[in-house]
Amino acid sequence: MKIHEYQAKELFRKYNVPTPNGKVAYKTEEVEKIADEFGLPVVVKAQVHAGGRGKGGGVKLAKTKEDVKTVSDEIIGMTLVTKQTGAQGKKVNKVLVEQGVSIKKELYLSVIPDRETCSVAIVCSQDGGMDIEEVAAKTPERIITVHVSPTTGVQPFHTRQVCFGLELPKELMKPMSALVKNLYNLFVDYDCSMLEINPLIITEEDDIIALDAKIDVDGNSMYRHPDVKEMHDPDEEDPIELEASQYGLNYINLDGNVGNIVNGAGLAMATMDIVKMAGASPANFLDVGGGANAEAIENGFRLIMSDANVKGILINVFGGILRCDILAQGVVQAATKLGLSVPVVVRMEGTNVEEGRKILADSGLDLVNAVDLADAAEKVAALVA
Amino acid sequence: MSVFVNKDTRLLVQGITGQEGQFHARSCIAYGTNVVAGVTPGKGGQKMDDVPIYNSVKEARAASGANASMILVPPPFAADAIMEAADAGIELVVCITEGIPVMDMMRVKNYLATKTTRLIGPNCPGIMTPGECKIGIMPNTMGKPGNVGVVSRSGTLTYEAVHQLTSVGFGQTTCIGIGGDPINGTNFIDCLEAFEADPETKAIVMIGEIGGNAEEDACEWIKANTDKPVVGFVAGLTAPPGRRMGHAGAIVSGGKGTAEAKIEAMKTSGVHHCENLGKMGDLCKKVF
Repeated sequence: MKIHEYQAKELFRKYNVPTPNGKVAYKTEEVEKIADEFGLPVVVKAQVHAGGRGKGGGVKLAKTKEDVKTVSDEIIGMTLVTKQTGAQGKKVNKVLVEQGVSIKKELYLSVIPDRETCSVAIVCSQDGGMDIEEVAAKTPERIITVHVSPTTGVQPFHTRQVCFGLELPKELMKPMSALVKNLYNLFVDYDCSMLEINPLIITEEDDIIALDAKIDVDGNSMYRHPDVKEMHDPDEEDPIELEASQYGLNYINLDGNVGNIVNGAGLAMATMDIVKMAGASPANFLDVGGGANAEAIENGFRLIMSDANVKGILINVFGGILRCDILAQGVVQAATKLGLSVPVVVRMEGTNVEEGRKILADSGLDLVNAVDLADAAEKVAALVA
Repeated sequence: MSVFVNKDTRLLVQGITGQEGQFHARSCIAYGTNVVAGVTPGKGGQKMDDVPIYNSVKEARAASGANASMILVPPPFAADAIMEAADAGIELVVCITEGIPVMDMMRVKNYLATKTTRLIGPNCPGIMTPGECKIGIMPNTMGKPGNVGVVSRSGTLTYEAVHQLTSVGFGQTTCIGIGGDPINGTNFIDCLEAFEADPETKAIVMIGEIGGNAEEDACEWIKANTDKPVVGFVAGLTAPPGRRMGHAGAIVSGGKGTAEAKIEAMKTSGVHHCENLGKMGDLCKKVF
């Protein structure tokens, strides 16, 4: 789960990671008040879950009182388009107002879990403030990666690797070591799946400050982080995906015309692929999960029907934990309640498949039966063509 | 022959009194798996059907001689359950639980490095040697004894592949679901090594998906180490980058972990890539 920059910085302050003075505002008048309090210049930063905010015009420096009003009016309420938001962009409802700082040098630092080595990777570079993927592609030698095992935590040799790697002056090695240690602790304590500071700056006064902050917390760990759960911002999510998550369904909106209801993530992906191969295109990814009940199926059905692009639905279930009779009950329940406005192709196999087929056959509903996966994909593609 | 599990496997079930634990323990028993004990802390001395329940894995192992464990406990308790089983000296631990925090699995993996225990999963359907032993949640109707080894990151895709294999007349030595999490116990290469060493296994089906580079590593291993024919499939060609596709590990990020790269690795390492999942059975018939 992603959180906003201002929320990430709250966590930074909790872990003694230096950040600029900052406050959140929802209106221009609030920004002006904060600017009066901090003194000029201030930086006004759009709070949306997307990278590339600066390039999209969502981060601006205000040197005068007039500037403060102009940039606030511009940013608050704007639809910010960056390479991560897609063409439709994201509406900016709030901004972070920060005291301006003098920048001597910009660094890059991130912390990520490394699945191959089962350790926490601290990645840093002297080339901060730039697109790090570009730095990695063009000058990989300018990127330093230090792997920290969760059984030892950060040791002095780890922080030395960071400090020498960044070619820091001697007097900055101590504060940088402390910062790395604090960030690692924050990362582990909060089950982060990503923590990134770009740029991490050295000021003219030789202070190290996190000018930016991005944190993504492992959704599976939410049960032990009620404070992070409260940071969830529903405005940042696709409304259908948000509704699906409330029903315990795993739904991802796509732009095709075939709605898919599948059990299991792998089979759901493979079903999307085979729909595409048959000449149609998937409108969504929907994994109803192993423990789905009739109600979950009904909810999934309704969500897909609410997508106006959907011209046909493919239900593909291989019964394991989710038994085919349960699935069939859900389909009948949903179709009876909502009506079938588009053709529905059903392919079932596995646990209790005979019972499931019987429920569908006895329902009197106009469903298209498929004998196997290839048949199902071809049938649904023909129906939406 | 088979790999990892057979008719001599003695299984204990951690979380046997929970709804899921009970359901799947019974299903394993119905399949013919020798379920010798259950563990639910605080319910020691009770029974689930005829299966005696113990308070700890250590106690259960001592009393029953269990050498394998199936874990069906909720995510907050799963990492602890895996480590408890390893600490008690259980040789094979199959963790079905989905939703274990990555940080927990990182600690578990580092702990297991000090033990001889093999972990399969988490977030997996389990492992089955048809006709002998099932540890997990696969439908009991799945599979039949034969000579194909199956390894997969996805549960329902395993069912699909095994169903098609069986329909075209190929039975299986062992089917292994290694799970959809970014950090798991047994990986593709571990299974491929076991299949290579097993004389009964004549051919291999490998099912991958987007995220990480386990498929690429496996292809490199295949190229260098086995002459057995391998049919491979990768799910997620149409998955949008940056989105987690149901499985915690199924994500293309920063241009890494794409289906295209994995398929390319298969093609250049002599793996017979199956383009259309609906036709996997036919392809196996042609290749094997």
